[in-house]
Amino acid sequence: MPPASVPSNGTTHLTPGPAPSEPGPEQHARDQARSTDEWRNPRRARNVFLWPALLVVLLLAIFPLIASLGLALSNVQLAQGGFTIKFTGLANFNNLLFGAERNIFLGQFKPPTILGWTTFIGGGLLMAYVLVRYLRSGRVSALGIVGRALGIAALTAFLWMLANTLLGDGGRPGTLTVTILYVVLGTGLEYLIGLGLAWLTIQHLSGQRFFRVVFLLPITITPVGIAYMFRMLTDNQSGPFAPLFAAAGMSNFSVLGDPWGARLAVIIGDVWQWTPFIFIVLLAGLEGRDIETEEAGLVDGAGRWQIFRHITLPMIIPVSATVILIRTIEAFKIIDLPSVLTGGGPGTASESVTLQAFQSWRAFNLGSSAAVAYSLLIVVTIVATAYARLVLPRTHRANA
Amino acid sequence: MSFAKNRFVIGLPIIALIVGACGSAAPTAAPTAPPVTAAPVTLPPVTAVPVTLAPVTAVPITPAPETVAPPTSESSASPATSAGAKDFSGVTVNVVTFTGPPIAEPLQRHGAEWEKATGGKINVTTAPFSDLFQKEATDLATGTNSFTLYTMSSSWLGSFAGQGYFQDLTSLVPTYPGLQWDDVVPVMQSNSSFGGKIYAVPFDSDVLSVYYRTDILGKDGVAPPKTWDEYLTIAKKYQGKDLNGDGTPDYGSCIEKAKGGVGTWQFNGVFSGFVQALGTKQGTFFGDGLTPLVNNEAMGAALDFWKASSDFGPPAEINLDQGTGRGLMTSGRCALNIDWGDMGTLPLDPTVSKVKNVVGAVVMPGSSKILDRATGKLVPCDATTCPNAVDGINHAPFNAFGGWIGAINAKADPKAQAAALDFISYVSAPEQSNPDVTTGVTGEQPFRVSQQDPALWIKAGMTADVAKNFLDTYIGASLNGPNAALDLRIPQANQYTNVLEDTAIAQFLAGELTKDEAMKQIFDGWQALTDQIGRDSQTAAYAASIGAK
Repeated sequence: MPPASVPSNGTTHLTPGPAPSEPGPEQHARDQARSTDEWRNPRRARNVFLWPALLVVLLLAIFPLIASLGLALSNVQLAQGGFTIKFTGLANFNNLLFGAERNIFLGQFKPPTILGWTTFIGGGLLMAYVLVRYLRSGRVSALGIVGRALGIAALTAFLWMLANTLLGDGGRPGTLTVTILYVVLGTGLEYLIGLGLAWLTIQHLSGQRFFRVVFLLPITITPVGIAYMFRMLTDNQSGPFAPLFAAAGMSNFSVLGDPWGARLAVIIGDVWQWTPFIFIVLLAGLEGRDIETEEAGLVDGAGRWQIFRHITLPMIIPVSATVILIRTIEAFKIIDLPSVLTGGGPGTASESVTLQAFQSWRAFNLGSSAAVAYSLLIVVTIVATAYARLVLPRTHRANA
Repeated sequence: MSFAKNRFVIGLPIIALIVGACGSAAPTAAPTAPPVTAAPVTLPPVTAVPVTLAPVTAVPITPAPETVAPPTSESSASPATSAGAKDFSGVTVNVVTFTGPPIAEPLQRHGAEWEKATGGKINVTTAPFSDLFQKEATDLATGTNSFTLYTMSSSWLGSFAGQGYFQDLTSLVPTYPGLQWDDVVPVMQSNSSFGGKIYAVPFDSDVLSVYYRTDILGKDGVAPPKTWDEYLTIAKKYQGKDLNGDGTPDYGSCIEKAKGGVGTWQFNGVFSGFVQALGTKQGTFFGDGLTPLVNNEAMGAALDFWKASSDFGPPAEINLDQGTGRGLMTSGRCALNIDWGDMGTLPLDPTVSKVKNVVGAVVMPGSSKILDRATGKLVPCDATTCPNAVDGINHAPFNAFGGWIGAINAKADPKAQAAALDFISYVSAPEQSNPDVTTGVTGEQPFRVSQQDPALWIKAGMTADVAKNFLDTYIGASLNGPNAALDLRIPQANQYTNVLEDTAIAQFLAGELTKDEAMKQIFDGWQALTDQIGRDSQTAAYAASIGAK
């Protein structure tokens, strides 16, 4: 029964009373009852309960969002007795995308290799296919077209950057591409490993409880501690694996001195740290699934892989999609590992966008730092929105 | 489960996204090494050591040897009759410094002494070095004014002093009882001043030097390097040789080149020898109209050396940080390195060193060519172009970081200001600083004329020869050198050197940029930053920082 239809204690007294011009004790009692009743009105009560939380959100999230946008469009300087904020328009973004910091943020642009062209053209064809299919679907809306146009523009720009930097002939990825690499590879590996571990944990093997705890340990360690640990592990001179490096004739090879070695070390550290998060969420999903369907499949003669692929996996797809989204958003902000492990080096090979923002912030270049952070926000918003609009609904439909 | 029911689940991450992205503008700390000074080193006589260029020390930071006990203040029983002798009962001085033990340790130790003597209260707040500038700038700029006494690199004075944040001490410091201002070496008097006014009290100094293994070079009759070409020759000779007898190949040179570390200070120590020859007031970083001197043959020569030296260092030198680099040097694995004066005292501690009394220091090598600022070309040194050259070699010992100083908040209560001045004067006074500068754990290095007394250093464990050699070099040839190069001390100096220059150099080392691209990137970045801040004000600040007219 909808709450709105629930009678309150006072309604039984709401009989026609004296005229408004003759207020008396009864009228006062009725007014008071009405007033109490209004507060019990679900619509009003909803506001009472929601607004405090909304105000906190506004204070803690929206205000910094607006303030940092102001910073991104300004130049902050120490000044006589305080500081000055000079509005500079898009100068910080211009510097980031076309000026002195482009080389770091977007990377070094060189003509695409064959693989670069293939990726760019292949991506373009894929986008065209998706668009055409949408236009033919009969569910076309103005908002849908605008959203897809923006998405295609963003994806095209990204593919062009990828083709000219990471896949360019002599090109080099900037912090934006490197961060996306961390997100895609890190989150992907974390999901696969986390799913595997969760699957193993529900197999009623001996030591199940022990390993359930052990698998969670990395997430309890501070990220900076993990970074120092991996720095030690990759030290081929005095680290624990030094004898192995020596035996392999790699004593003079520095893992962290190589661009891809450094990026790989960051990814491995990130995977080691965050796999437990995905593991525990997927474990909860697996343990809460309906096993009768699986048993039915078993009775019908399905193999273990078939049961997993066609019954178990679809059942945990909604929770998988959500945990991937959360982890993706979090991964975009990676800073601890590259900062401690390599300082973003060699050069800027392992530098993330957040680390780039921090470098500017540390030198009190707040405008530039905010511009970098806002650029990241835009990218994350596009990715998260596209994921939430395009992927999540499909996963739920598939599960329905 | 329907999609509608999951809206909340979907919405949560989106909100988290917004909150998270807001926070990403100000992430957490990153490492970096604050230059902190220490005491000088020893150096047994080496046959071919040039007399005129005796060893010198420098400054940097680092985990000081915790096994070494802090020095006993000569006046700990009875604080100086001047500073530390007044009554400051009920007055609290809030001090901010970086996470020690270097620098923080002597402040805390002397704080307790000062409290006992004056009745005042000292609260020392520490922050990671990488956050310290931001912490102090934010506190001052926003008017929070949480602190009375700000300890910092003297190179930051350019960012703060001109804004009226600090108390003008010009009329107080020179005559402050017990401080003995005239005893402070001129370069540290200068580093504590800005625009002709004194804003701080120094308790440290910072000059870079090259350190070398006297036993190894002496045995082979090799003189310590006078030029950077000689440095490479020596490094090449010892690369891959076993230098500490453990049977494993070691390194000719160990330079801490990690991005975001101390490498840019050391790089500028190489660069300064190619670009500054006419004395301290000529400056190292800018020419007329504040045109950066970073896109020319001098910068090219420094970059060439920087990359070439990597061939004779540990395989991970591109990521070598200060702690690791010093560990390699004190464990006997390097023939040469560039360092501050900490490398003087660290080898003396047997608990962390295998090279006690076999590490010598020499003034930063230089060049027989100097930059012609009009053409951007390197030209041979002569009496006109390099008036301070020694044997035809121009040296410009670099005051990297410029020493730790203490400045007082102009907005603080006058009683607290007076107490802060008394406290920092107490720390700086010879009675306290003399034993401090000879002890590695303090992170302080000599900054007074009186600290040139060999007896102090002999008492600390040096031989007479080593002490004389060190002092002649560190104070005589470097701190007091006529061509000493000053660190950049203009507003946002950090952004110029520790971000823009540091990044380009790191990219050059990693092969991401060519030499020309790196120089252009630094030049363009500096020009853009200068225009953003204001060319006229920056020009005036630069002139004031080097004492030029």
